[in-house]
Amino acid sequence: MTQVVVTDQNFETEVLKSDKPVIVDFWASWCGPCKMLDPIIDEIAKELGDKIKVAKVDVDANLQTAQKYNILSIPTVILFNKGEPKQQFVGVQPKERYQEEINKIV
Amino acid sequence: MSQGLFDVIILGSGPAALTAGLYTSRADLKTLIIAGTKWGGQLQLTTLVENYPGFPQGIQGPDLMINMRKQTERFGAIIVDIQLKEVDVVNQPFTIKAGDQIYQGKTIIIATGADTQWLSVPGEKDFLGKGVSSCAPCDAFFYRNKRVIVIGGGDSAMEEALVLTKFATEVTIIHRRDSFRASKIMQDRVIGNKKIKILWNSTIKEILGKDKVTGVKIETKSKGMWEMPIDGIFVAIGHTPNTVLLKGINLDSKGFVARVEERNKQGQLLYFTKTNRDGVFTAGDVHDYRYKQAVTAAGFGCMAALDVEKWLEDHE
Repeated sequence: MTQVVVTDQNFETEVLKSDKPVIVDFWASWCGPCKMLDPIIDEIAKELGDKIKVAKVDVDANLQTAQKYNILSIPTVILFNKGEPKQQFVGVQPKERYQEEINKIV
Repeated sequence: MSQGLFDVIILGSGPAALTAGLYTSRADLKTLIIAGTKWGGQLQLTTLVENYPGFPQGIQGPDLMINMRKQTERFGAIIVDIQLKEVDVVNQPFTIKAGDQIYQGKTIIIATGADTQWLSVPGEKDFLGKGVSSCAPCDAFFYRNKRVIVIGGGDSAMEEALVLTKFATEVTIIHRRDSFRASKIMQDRVIGNKKIKILWNSTIKEILGKDKVTGVKIETKSKGMWEMPIDGIFVAIGHTPNTVLLKGINLDSKGFVARVEERNKQGQLLYFTKTNRDGVFTAGDVHDYRYKQAVTAAGFGCMAALDVEKWLEDHE
């Protein structure tokens, strides 16, 4: 499992130029539902091992990236493949919802 | 995979469910709580809770839920964060499907709570997370120097508006009546806040925008239909009880789980929290059409747990 903390500065190298699909989790410390999402994302990442990368973006410190992708609600998860946003999930979803979309790519 | 027969399976993970689980596990009943992926209920979407006794300075809603969960787990309740799929309340022992697991229980407590009631107007679904929200504590941050509206007239609408004033330049509460049903202390805070405006007798007819929300179509009694440019809309008009999966359970005319009264010879209620099915009890906002407080939900959870204990004693 590869998990990286992504900022406005390294978003391009870590996410857009990644050779693997990336699950980008936009979160913040003051967001209750974001804490519920963590274990779901962790499980998915564990199951997929090296096939995928998980990127956590703290919107509080990285508003530029959040704005670029029109994020107005957290948690939001965007699934990136080859530098392109493929699917966006707003709010905490059941694990299967994420897996369905991820399985189409990996 | 079988985990044996549970004495009680509790559906839900808000204050009602976790309090019920605290009581049943502490009474040494084998307890399973199906918490769902979004565990913690409505309090996960709040900030400071000032009316839950025991916290003189108040406590953050999500922290209160984490505490409740830890306290319940301490006495051996098993809590699984998976989504409920099917409930069979007809055949004993009851069978519950959640995720790809199957569980069996002698009794059930339904404490599935209530979810945000949306406006059901054009545009609302399209802009969810793109300017439409039901969680100001989560999303207010994105509305720095923006204009937002809050829909509703109860305590949660007041709280959403107050949270939003920390970021937005202008917050307008839009309410369909000419007075709020919110508590006086919350109303006073709203009325005393210079950033908050109130628009009475008005309803939202449509949410407008392209990539994100840019405005709303409003109908106001005195001036008819008009458009208001805004950046965000926070919906707080109430909650709908979560009863979709409860086949065979009677609901009242408003869709809440109905309680059934059975009395003994002295005219006293046998169980306060019983549903139409023997061995199936209910607690919290899924059945509570009036009080809807964290503390009443917890209280109902305790009652349902004690009813389960009594029911098991009476039937074993």
